[in-house]
Amino acid sequence: MIDDKVVQYIANLARIDIKEEELSFFGGQLSKIISYIDKLKEVNVEGIDILAEISESTNVFREDNPSVFKEKEIIIANFPAEENNCIRVPKVIK
Amino acid sequence: MEVNLNILEIKEKIAKKEISSREIFSFYSKRIEKFNPKLNALIKVFSFSGEEKSLEAVPMAVKDNICVKGKEITCASKILKGHISAYDATVIKRLKERGFFPLGVANMDEFAFGSSCETSCYGPAKNPWDTSKVPGGSSGGSAAAVAARLVPFALGSDTGGSIRQPASFCGVVGFKPTYGRVSRFGLIAFGSSLDQIGPITTNFVDAAYLLNIICGFDENDSTTAKKEAEDFTKYLNDDIKGLKVGIPQEYYPEQLNPQVKAALEEVKAFLEKKGAKLINIKLAHTQYAVPTYYIVATAEASSNLQRFDGIKYGLRIEEKDLTSLYKKTRREGFGQEAKRRIFLGTYSLSSGYYDAYYLRALKVRRLIKNDFDTAFKEVDVILTPTSPTPAFNIGEKIDDPLSMYLSDIFTISANLAGVPAVSFPCGFSKGNLPIGAQLIGPHFSEGVLIRTGFAYQRNTTWHNIIPEFKGS
Repeated sequence: MIDDKVVQYIANLARIDIKEEELSFFGGQLSKIISYIDKLKEVNVEGIDILAEISESTNVFREDNPSVFKEKEIIIANFPAEENNCIRVPKVIK
Repeated sequence: MEVNLNILEIKEKIAKKEISSREIFSFYSKRIEKFNPKLNALIKVFSFSGEEKSLEAVPMAVKDNICVKGKEITCASKILKGHISAYDATVIKRLKERGFFPLGVANMDEFAFGSSCETSCYGPAKNPWDTSKVPGGSSGGSAAAVAARLVPFALGSDTGGSIRQPASFCGVVGFKPTYGRVSRFGLIAFGSSLDQIGPITTNFVDAAYLLNIICGFDENDSTTAKKEAEDFTKYLNDDIKGLKVGIPQEYYPEQLNPQVKAALEEVKAFLEKKGAKLINIKLAHTQYAVPTYYIVATAEASSNLQRFDGIKYGLRIEEKDLTSLYKKTRREGFGQEAKRRIFLGTYSLSSGYYDAYYLRALKVRRLIKNDFDTAFKEVDVILTPTSPTPAFNIGEKIDDPLSMYLSDIFTISANLAGVPAVSFPCGFSKGNLPIGAQLIGPHFSEGVLIRTGFAYQRNTTWHNIIPEFKGS
């Protein structure tokens, strides 16, 4: 059961503001989904290795060849707030 | 010009100077003007200008999560509105080099989270066979646009069926290549261990031709396989004598829609008539695919979507402190389904639940892959329905996330196992909605899927029937 407290906790971890009145809405839906997912508890997974990545490749190396990215202007134009070609953010250091 | 020309035929007409690129763009632009308002399949349409002018250009539609340099890309989300791509995705770069240019951007579920194209911030796309029905999702705009012949083909992305299920609902061919076949550089990530880009076409000839262009190693995507380039068009023959076709009972349950079942029976009969051998197989962990997927995919999505924080690009809600800025921006920017999936993924990755959900799901994922490995020792391909039903009504499942998730029940396993799979049209329901069949093959067996599908299409006409826009 995912109660209001848990929804508030995960919303905070996910950095998504959530209103008091939405807690039970999301909690109810997530509980229903999780109780379906609990089906996985039936499966005997003892001794089974996890499968996180299909290619199961380890490290892929390539030459470190620096190059100049030519479309700087587009990236700067995409900044939500800009000052002298830098991203402006709220003051972080007190 | 005729709407059912395949890509090679269009290219040939240009080469012979029977038609110019401008005329082709204008032909499809006119169809878009006429039909797109009923479908909302394309959310942006470009004019014929600039880079395509000097070339023998053929138009395409691109799903709104694949970068096209200089064009807006949003993943159908408010959080990315106004964002301009600074580079071409590798697939776009390769296609442009071969004379293919975006004519439009295709609608999709927000961040590819959905099976109906209803979670788009641009409003739902509609099914060209019946505009009261969904086109499927998440690549619903791509499939609807190709079915309605607004473009000769489109690109989609498939994380749990997002190319195949809409292709099935719209009556076109939707190909999800093997994990690692096609570069994802320039695809906005959803589930990085599952995502693949693939073509949505009206027929297998075009699918083979396009796979030749987009497949292959890319230095910018370290998950791409270092495989020799293969010419998939050499599989365009209908010799399937002796082909061993697996029929997994788990994909043909009692409650399967009878019309879907009947259409699949006819595909089986066709294959047998052509000399293929049908073999009953077991994919014992099929019932665990949906729950496994909704842990793995949402865990990866919640991590991938951390980058949308209002700092570097996209929407920003200004606040005095950084944490409030993140939280308010993400609250305003993400739609409900995106939030739901981020919450679910965050939950299964959070301390205390990680072992019980995330790690367990990764172990079950291995069992699902093992089922396929075992099956492919015995058979060459597996034949299943793509979806348990034809297209459902707009609004029917949107308030019940679990029932929406279950509509992907037959497509999800291929992503979990990383194997290639394709949906192709194989008939119609009583309500005249397309029904799709799915072929699944072992890793890097796209050629066998093409040969089998081509054999079917050479002897049937489902893929040539054009939607009639019922309900509009």
